[in-house]
Amino acid sequence: MTQNIVEIDNLSFGYKNRTLHKGISMSFPRGKVVAIMGGSGSGKTTLLRLIGGQFKPSSGEVRVDGKVVHKQSREGLYQLRRKMGMLFQQGALFTDLSVYDNVAFPMRELTDLPEIMIKDLVLMKLNAVGLRGASQLMPTELSGGMGRRVALARAIALDPDIMMYDEPFAGLDPISMAVICDLIRTLNDALGTTSIVVTHDVEETFSFADYIYFVADGVVAAEGTPDDLRQSTMPFIHQFVHGEKDGPVPFHYAAVDYKQDLLG
Amino acid sequence: MTHSYIHIAVKRFLQKLGNNFIDQIWRLGAGARLFALMLISSGESFRRFRLVVREVYFTGVLSLVIISVSAFFVGMVLALQGYNTLQKYGSSEAIGVLVALSLVRELGPVVTALLFAGRAGTAITAEIGLMKATEQLSAMEMMAVSPVSRVIAPRFWAGVIALPILAALFSMIGILGGYLVAVPLIGVDAGAFWSQMQANVDWRFDIVNGVIKSIVFGVACTMIALFEGYDAPPTAEGVSRATTRTVVTSSLVVLALDFALTSFMII
Repeated sequence: MTQNIVEIDNLSFGYKNRTLHKGISMSFPRGKVVAIMGGSGSGKTTLLRLIGGQFKPSSGEVRVDGKVVHKQSREGLYQLRRKMGMLFQQGALFTDLSVYDNVAFPMRELTDLPEIMIKDLVLMKLNAVGLRGASQLMPTELSGGMGRRVALARAIALDPDIMMYDEPFAGLDPISMAVICDLIRTLNDALGTTSIVVTHDVEETFSFADYIYFVADGVVAAEGTPDDLRQSTMPFIHQFVHGEKDGPVPFHYAAVDYKQDLLG
Repeated sequence: MTHSYIHIAVKRFLQKLGNNFIDQIWRLGAGARLFALMLISSGESFRRFRLVVREVYFTGVLSLVIISVSAFFVGMVLALQGYNTLQKYGSSEAIGVLVALSLVRELGPVVTALLFAGRAGTAITAEIGLMKATEQLSAMEMMAVSPVSRVIAPRFWAGVIALPILAALFSMIGILGGYLVAVPLIGVDAGAFWSQMQANVDWRFDIVNGVIKSIVFGVACTMIALFEGYDAPPTAEGVSRATTRTVVTSSLVVLALDFALTSFMII
């Protein structure tokens, strides 16, 4: 068993005419909470999709449990995905199913467990996120924070080895944010999973992550523990951590000269 | 100067035309690929047939009202128009045959398919397009559950099952509408209405051919709706365009297929 459950090795990836990652390397040790931070559009979510095998890298590779993800057959890829759980940015709950059925979905689809056992497991997972009482509600009846927690219960339904969180705090009020923050750490420690959290919320991430990667301009711009990064004097990290408007990451998107643009 | 502008405009037009053509070929290939993948992944739908039954309810049962009401009016109009012409030749008793043959051979399968595309097809496209836009299909993929076998295949088989049944109901209700106009309203003899229909509607050449048409239309309409949803850009505009394309493409394909099938069946 390798020490790192996920390894990204010299990975490059881009869409049609835009290179997103230029030789990124990262490693995610078992049992740790590792955050990937960076500005909007820096390709953080795409990294999760590359780990999940939804995209193929242009070069380099992602290894999950020692297996190269993009070289797996469809069946092999599905086997790897059974070790993963993913919390999507908007929850991605199935809107035609109740909260209970959403959490039961992976159990019904991927196991032969009897319904009576599924019921116990679903209630346990919902209890872990504090929403056992909401089991009969429909996703449309939930607030943003509740929806995210139900999605989390569904993601941990089959006790995955790796949990991936895509912007888990986006659009949440401070209370829901604190709840999700606490759940990520608690579930990680209780279930012994490895958590990969993609986010740009500095305070929350620094409070629970074991290790942080900063992605900018397609490369890992900095990495380290929260304490290391807080003390970092690197201009980019300083700008990001302190939320400064201008700095190495410019306020303006690349454009032709302003005067020239106005005068045609 | 003007010459070079025309040159550029023509070049751009041809480029756009070429790109659109290539896009359509790509889409056709992607649709065929999805169809093949769906057929391969259909085992799950038959093992867990309740998934298909659930979709038959959404595509078939919920389309019953529009199908029944339309069929009733179509049947009544057929009887009125048919009587108007037939009475000139003194053969108004043949009105039952005219209504039945028009419905069973053509209007039943074709109008049902057009209504199905508008009612159920658009619902399928919008649902799958929104599932894609809200990452529900991605979530399924990440759970190691194939969306093709769990979402696409049950809906496909439900459409293929529902459309022939709806077409049969359309014909039946249409004949009833025709009867109500022809017999109680106009005063055509009831015995002549039914007996001529019984004598002249052939099981093999009329009814079975009508059923074959509706099965083919079921395959086409459902597959178009599924593909448009699955291929829709994950935005509000993308889903809305895909929904429109479902109706337009399904209608044109149904009418073209109807001509092709009728040619084979008659010749």
